[in-house]
Amino acid sequence: MSTVEHLTGEYQKFVQDLSGDWPSALTERRRQAIERFGEIGFPSRRAEQWRFINLNPITETTFRLPESFNGFGAAELEPYVYDGCHQIVLVNGRFVAEHSRLGDLPEGVIVASLATAAAEHAELVERYVGRFAKFDDHPFVALNTAFLRDGAFIYVPKGVVVEEPINLICLGLPEAEPVAFYPRNLIVAEESAQVTVVEQYASLGDGSYMTSPVTEVAAGANAVIDHYKLQRESTEAIHMATFQIHQQRDSNVSSHSISWGGGLVRNDVNAVLDGEGCESTLNGLYMVEGEQQIDNHMRVDHAMPNCDSHELYKGILEGRARAVFNGLIHVHKDAQKTDAKQTNRNLLLSKEALVNSHPQLEIFADDVKCTHGSTTGHLDDVAVFYLRSRGIGEEAARSLLTYAFAADIVERIKVGAVRRELEEFLFRRLPRGEVVRQAV
Amino acid sequence: MTMLEIKNLHVRVEDQEIIKGLDLTVNPGEVHAVMGPNGSGKSTLAQVLAGKDEYEVTEGEVRYKGEELLELAPEERAREGLFLAFQYPVEIPGVSNVYFLKAALNAIRKHRGQEEMDAMDFLSYVREKMSVVKMDESLLNRPVNEGFSGGEKKRNEIFHLSVLDPTLAVLDETDSGLDIDALKIVADGVNSLRSPDRAFVVITHYQRLLNYIVPDKVHAMIDGRIVESGGKELAHELEEKGYAWLEERVAAGEAASAPSS
Repeated sequence: MSTVEHLTGEYQKFVQDLSGDWPSALTERRRQAIERFGEIGFPSRRAEQWRFINLNPITETTFRLPESFNGFGAAELEPYVYDGCHQIVLVNGRFVAEHSRLGDLPEGVIVASLATAAAEHAELVERYVGRFAKFDDHPFVALNTAFLRDGAFIYVPKGVVVEEPINLICLGLPEAEPVAFYPRNLIVAEESAQVTVVEQYASLGDGSYMTSPVTEVAAGANAVIDHYKLQRESTEAIHMATFQIHQQRDSNVSSHSISWGGGLVRNDVNAVLDGEGCESTLNGLYMVEGEQQIDNHMRVDHAMPNCDSHELYKGILEGRARAVFNGLIHVHKDAQKTDAKQTNRNLLLSKEALVNSHPQLEIFADDVKCTHGSTTGHLDDVAVFYLRSRGIGEEAARSLLTYAFAADIVERIKVGAVRRELEEFLFRRLPRGEVVRQAV
Repeated sequence: MTMLEIKNLHVRVEDQEIIKGLDLTVNPGEVHAVMGPNGSGKSTLAQVLAGKDEYEVTEGEVRYKGEELLELAPEERAREGLFLAFQYPVEIPGVSNVYFLKAALNAIRKHRGQEEMDAMDFLSYVREKMSVVKMDESLLNRPVNEGFSGGEKKRNEIFHLSVLDPTLAVLDETDSGLDIDALKIVADGVNSLRSPDRAFVVITHYQRLLNYIVPDKVHAMIDGRIVESGGKELAHELEEKGYAWLEERVAAGEAASAPSS
């Protein structure tokens, strides 16, 4: 039996097992999604959007749906807990009430599990979930939609500012057999609302599994959403994520995608700027080693005039790691005065590491400012020599310059806990990190 | 003991010989100026002394405080008290100037068997050094050289020099491109660091710097060799006459053995 047939079979079991009160529109959407998945299956290596990434670890594995889990201690959660944040915990895609901490939220704000929201706020769930992330030609969005069951539901009504960041902790708990799960998250900020969300992915132990989340972001007029993703799963984990942004006029969305975990990782980040005066900032930093593969696929649609988008993705590769960057800025005919910038920079720390970088522009308006650029290179010998000439050892000099390469992404992270997390990771990962720690 | 003794140094870069039998002796407390036209090998000399590895020394020897310098890695030379002020200082985003210096100084102190300086002691030490080069405090907390003007970068090099407290400082065209105010600040910084235990090799293209840093010895470098040495008056002579007379003498094949004046 092929993996596609197997997953289709799992869907039947999943639907039978599905409890609770779900809006009929979602039930129908699940059915359409599995049907579509059955038609398109997994892409071949020749498919343009999937070139350069080896999906064999997925297509050659029989993933089961996770069992219900038996809980875990606070100590295991501790590394992912940030003080001063609201907290939602998902384990293998399912909401865990006893570890979630929602604090005092402003009136009208909903932070809940998707399953709860589906019962209690059916109208909102129906209106937003699945509205922006299209599964027609994306197998993992199709799977996520078919197996849609739980996740985080964050809704901020008009004019409300949520001061404390919301920390969404998505944990993978390996089982005896490989499991696959599909967290479905939604972040909505209505007109002039503001919210900051941290979305973390981590593993509770070693063992192979696949997490394939979809997070949809809807920014109403003049809304502000800051999103930080930290992906640090074990290298046995597979991570196939879609992050889908929809922006209405004058909204401002920023996304920082930090990724150092996972054996096979794909991040699709799509933004549709669907009103005038939007600003969209999409930054990322990936640091991979060994046999890790990471593929960042970006698409920004400038559908309306006078919008700005900035993308800066940086990669640090060691060992035999591979990275793909594929960024498309599509400027629609009416999107005059678009200001779009896309940059991908890669630092190779080994001879065997490999990057495929494809920044692309498609411009159908005639009065726009669009730039894109891509560089891939090694550490600058002159800079290494400069640091060594001050008494810094070679290894520490190289680490300092590697840190320096990542620094502009680090500095853009406004949530202190996330910034420190990334800094600490870099100090741990970089050889002679104690010198780096001292020097920054 | 002699601070620096270079004997018959030959250096290649790729397939080209750049330094072709250079001799130079520097004693503690002295300031030597090395002048020469573009392409004479001045900067190569500075980089070879600091240990840049793409230069291949094919012949000759360099002794620093009696030890074989060329055996040492760049960081070992720095820890032994050698400092090179770069012609083009490198920008290092995200690495704070002051914390970087602390890491560098502590690497040097550790090598010398001294205790590492803690943050408080280091800050007061650094403040004292900053006044030497009239460094603005804001440059302390900025990333190393990032967004610095040309003059600020050169001043930062002298600041690093003063903090790391070397015994031999090589300045590679630190004066190039500086306006007169910045030049005076750099020169004042160097002058304040002159001491009986410390020596300077000041590599420059222009005599102007030597109005402010008065050298004990001046050397003219042509085509990979020092062809003329003298006191500070040689700098004035080179300023007036240029290098053509020396280049002609080299071309005539007498340079290597010519007696100095």
